Amino acid sequence: MCDTCGCNITHGNAHLVTNDGKLAQTEDGKSAVTVLKNLLSENDHQAAHNREHFDRRNILAINLMSSPGAGKTALLEATIDALGDQIGIAVIEGDLETENDAERIRGKGVSAIQISTGSACHLDAHMVHDALHHMDLDGIDVVFIENVGNLVCPASFDLGQHRNITLLSVTEGDDKPAKYPVMFRAADLVLLTKCDLLDVLDDFEPARAEHYLRHLASEAPLFNIAARRSIDIDEWTDWLINEINAQRDRAERHETLRPNIQPEGAALHTASAHEHEHGQHHHDHGHDHKHS
Amino acid sequence: MTRCWRLNMHELSICQALIEQVESIARENEALAVKTIWVQVGPLSGAEIPLLEHAYPVAAAGSVAEDAELILEHMPVKVRCRSCGGESEAAPNRLVCGQCGDYHTDLISGDEMLLARLELDKLTH
Repeated sequence: MCDTCGCNITHGNAHLVTNDGKLAQTEDGKSAVTVLKNLLSENDHQAAHNREHFDRRNILAINLMSSPGAGKTALLEATIDALGDQIGIAVIEGDLETENDAERIRGKGVSAIQISTGSACHLDAHMVHDALHHMDLDGIDVVFIENVGNLVCPASFDLGQHRNITLLSVTEGDDKPAKYPVMFRAADLVLLTKCDLLDVLDDFEPARAEHYLRHLASEAPLFNIAARRSIDIDEWTDWLINEINAQRDRAERHETLRPNIQPEGAALHTASAHEHEHGQHHHDHGHDHKHS
Repeated sequence: MTRCWRLNMHELSICQALIEQVESIARENEALAVKTIWVQVGPLSGAEIPLLEHAYPVAAAGSVAEDAELILEHMPVKVRCRSCGGESEAAPNRLVCGQCGDYHTDLISGDEMLLARLELDKLTH
């Protein structure tokens, strides 16, 4: 988050700053203060700290989001089976209750921390930070954060990840991107899961799912996968290996990357942005935000 | 009803973050009370205005903003086309250019969740 350079000022709110200036005195001694600060800036600050933590260790952090039962844990199990002997994997699991998912991951010989959110419908950056304190990240190349199964709330909270992956299982309906635009707009990659069932589901068209995704102005790749059968998994594992290598390169250049999740102003800045004083500001809307 | 309950938790945590920010700004400005809070919310922020309105009094109770009026400003969804350069309003789930129909657009408004402005009651000198 950056509150010093004015990058929070959008077409919609510019009049607030230009009319009265930063501090305007009203009648009867009341004082009006223009703020223009993201409501989740405290979370964003912690998320930036988490991201620095990953970057210092050359670790790629991935936030997995989907509705409950779309196959996030099954994807992780298949990924461990396919790549577990080549790359170091660690997992943070978020659920309202139980250690079940963490136990499934540990059953594959990979370390997993379970966050039980109680009544909270999403993970936030503080929960992830606490979990990181309990993890041994030596030899780890990628940390998967499996968010609470929910297509609504998790999209609003930056956790400090580099990439967002949204899973859409083919049993759910191909219009999900149109129904949950906030979630699918946040995705850097969309995985159509349980694709081995497409043969028996006559009402799910992968092309239609992609059509709705593109209408969110998303250029995210969309792969078919059937993780429980370990078929069609190569596209996904190739993507992951590429991302791990890209993160290593970025970290060596002391650069970082934010996922496609934040409002325009926030998306432009990383960890130390609040310490900068920007004279001029260039609005580049790409995903790579380089801070050397 | 499960979803409503979940959304309420979501909006409650957003309102708690809002109140923390408001309290800190009120302290910085040595305000006696907060009179009005303007918040800008776009449909692509993931927060729902009616649910924010419901959650706000719970979060504000006992704070310096307890009696403040919360004004939630609904921000329109607008995109700028990378192909033709045109700007147009769009539906939250159809962010295509209103002029040429291309989906290669950038969102220029509609994902805000900002504390825009505060009106504070201050000691008069």
